[in-house]
Amino acid sequence: MKNNEIIIAGFGGQGILFAGKVLAYTGLVNGYEISWLPSYGPEVRGGTANCHVIVSEEAVASPMITKPTALIAMNLPSLRKFEDAVVPGGIILVDSSLIEEDVKRTDVTVIRIPATKMADEVGARKLANMIMTGAFIKATGIVDFDGLVKGAAKCVPAGKEAILEQNKKLLSMGYNYGE
Amino acid sequence: MTKVFSRPEALNDVELHYCPGCTHGIIHRLVAEVLDELGIVGETVGVASVGCSVFSYNYFGCDMQQAAHGRAPAVATGIKRALPNRVVFTYQGDGDLAAIGTAETVHAASRGENITVIFVNNGVYGMTGGQMAPTTLEGQVTQTSPYGRDVKTQGYPLRVCELLSQTSGAAFLQRTAVDNVKHIRETKAAIKKAFQYQLEGKGFSLVEVLSACPTYWALPPAEALKRLGSEVIDYYPLGVYKDKGAETDEK
Amino acid sequence: MAEKVLMKGNEAVAEAAIQAGCRLFFGYPITPQTEVSAYMAKRMPKIGGTFLQAESEVAAINMVYGAAGAGARVMTSSSSPGISLKQEGISYIVGSDLPCVIINIVRGGPGLGGIQPAQSDYFQAVKGGGHGDYHLIVLAPSSIQELVDMTQEAFDIADQYRMPVMIMGDGMLGQMMEPVEFGAKEGRKLPEKTWAANGTEGKRPRNIINSLYIEASDLEELVLERYERYKEVEKNEVKVEEYMVEDADYVIAAYGTIARVAKTAILALREEGIKVGLIRPITLWPFPTESFKKAAETAKGFLTVEMSMGQMVEDVRLAVDGKKPVEFFGRTGGIVPTPDEICDAIRKMKEGK
Repeated sequence: MKNNEIIIAGFGGQGILFAGKVLAYTGLVNGYEISWLPSYGPEVRGGTANCHVIVSEEAVASPMITKPTALIAMNLPSLRKFEDAVVPGGIILVDSSLIEEDVKRTDVTVIRIPATKMADEVGARKLANMIMTGAFIKATGIVDFDGLVKGAAKCVPAGKEAILEQNKKLLSMGYNYGE
Repeated sequence: MTKVFSRPEALNDVELHYCPGCTHGIIHRLVAEVLDELGIVGETVGVASVGCSVFSYNYFGCDMQQAAHGRAPAVATGIKRALPNRVVFTYQGDGDLAAIGTAETVHAASRGENITVIFVNNGVYGMTGGQMAPTTLEGQVTQTSPYGRDVKTQGYPLRVCELLSQTSGAAFLQRTAVDNVKHIRETKAAIKKAFQYQLEGKGFSLVEVLSACPTYWALPPAEALKRLGSEVIDYYPLGVYKDKGAETDEK
Repeated sequence: MAEKVLMKGNEAVAEAAIQAGCRLFFGYPITPQTEVSAYMAKRMPKIGGTFLQAESEVAAINMVYGAAGAGARVMTSSSSPGISLKQEGISYIVGSDLPCVIINIVRGGPGLGGIQPAQSDYFQAVKGGGHGDYHLIVLAPSSIQELVDMTQEAFDIADQYRMPVMIMGDGMLGQMMEPVEFGAKEGRKLPEKTWAANGTEGKRPRNIINSLYIEASDLEELVLERYERYKEVEKNEVKVEEYMVEDADYVIAAYGTIARVAKTAILALREEGIKVGLIRPITLWPFPTESFKKAAETAKGFLTVEMSMGQMVEDVRLAVDGKKPVEFFGRTGGIVPTPDEICDAIRKMKEGK
């Protein structure tokens, strides 16, 4: 897709903004125009958090997304808040281990992944965001897995290879989910 | 013939605007003598404040910057941080320093900002026509305390040296007066020490100089000095309130 | 060229200031611009600069005044309620003809207001704010790269004209990340700061930094001289982006981030066959009056879009001078107008509603 407008939303502490940063850097290092806009203020600690990421072949006009082409929802309030805004034909990714309810929309592609459960099983509950990110990249094909890893590498401080390796592992679990 | 008395070089040869009997002139002279004696006029930047001494930027022979009411310690902070090797002092009255500029004063002291504050306390707002200051004594009549300062509704006179002595950053605090020759000599020594402390990088130094305002005390100059030496000093005891140099010597 | 990095607006503006040679920053925490202070606190000690968290906004701007008077490149940053507190100092800085840079990451008001993006401080920035006859040069970037480029430029402009320059963004610009590149730019040729009060060393007559003039005629003369300088600024420093204006029937006037939202709307409207363009003032003062005058010859009408109840719209009306209708659409309190809302407003104009 030429223009990916992605809203990532969930609770504070789920790494929503970080997942957005990985997508933004992935876009950047692979030659796309990008923008990253977080919700800000006291709600980012424990309340709901969301982040607007645009990965586009053209210069980004408004960094604020009103018609997302994709929604990555990591809790029910976020799904309910944003699902109606997704464009027809868009994608909604849902962390099914936290959201049992169905997506109401029938004109979009819905992908359900038990990301938090999967992350928990490998002892990295806080990295469910990476599973969702991996799955999103696979679903959209914006870049290949190597392109995604290049982006993720930009988000981990130099000298923290162990953290990068773990992120890579979770990204791959999401990227290869269902195969 | 031997010359025994002349104008300090750090004091410009201009007519001062102060009222007859005002002691600002004495204090200006003391600051200027100290700048001369330390040989630092060319390295000094002074900050004038708002109040009777607002025009001090015309009187001191060094570079000067004029500050908004109460903000002189913040302005001096900006100058000192930009020019750490320069000597920076403020010259402020009691309305400026102890009312509208209380926050700037306390925090400059608390930061141990390496500046010198000359605090002239005459217990009244002179420039605006003799209103009550935070330092006006109980019962004192001013334009805005026409029945005498009533502490029940107008609060108590603020003792600045005592207040600042609680800040860890203050290196030197002394209260002096200019009511007689002995006290004037002590004032000069205190001012010199304050500048020396700054030159040695010891931190915030302040000399509170109790001063007379014959005009708005409604007293003849000689009577004003008498009041200064009695009633005013009674409430504001003279002395050293903090001396980091002495503390180090003791240890 | 340097590699592009992703940076938040608040961090990018701080880095840009450092690269422009600013070594003194006086700040006070306030959302949504606190990252500027945080970045300065981290970087300044490493490069021999000063970061000082002041006791108040009032103190911070007066520290800026002191450092500027001493001849240093100095900056402060705040958001709306804090900028209100700084107005006293800004007036003194103007009155003493000192250069400095002030960042204002605007949030909703009045009062404590909110922390979401707003443009409701246009009047304060452009029409005064502090007391006295004066102007600030006000720059309004719409992207992080522009913010970076303008910050470096802002210090030069401030030094050239001995004026404070305000960079006005909003919470969105401060918080968002975009790729930026910091290139070594050639600065302007600037006059020596021979006026600085930084110690005579006995080598020159003393300098006085002051804004007090008891003689009315002295003060008038000085203000008149300052306004002559303002004319130079108006002649030399106007910056504006004109986007698809040439064939436009309707021209949107918008600045800062909301101008980008307007661009999204313009593209959608053009797909519908409605020819819409954008005039984006990059300098809010001096205002790009000429661009509006020119567009008024060809366009059928103007729509000013702001995150306020309508402030810049007054300047647009002055520029258009009654030649064409100038409508307004805005949201306030921290709400950002959507492209759909802007499209609707243009459609209404077209239908003559």
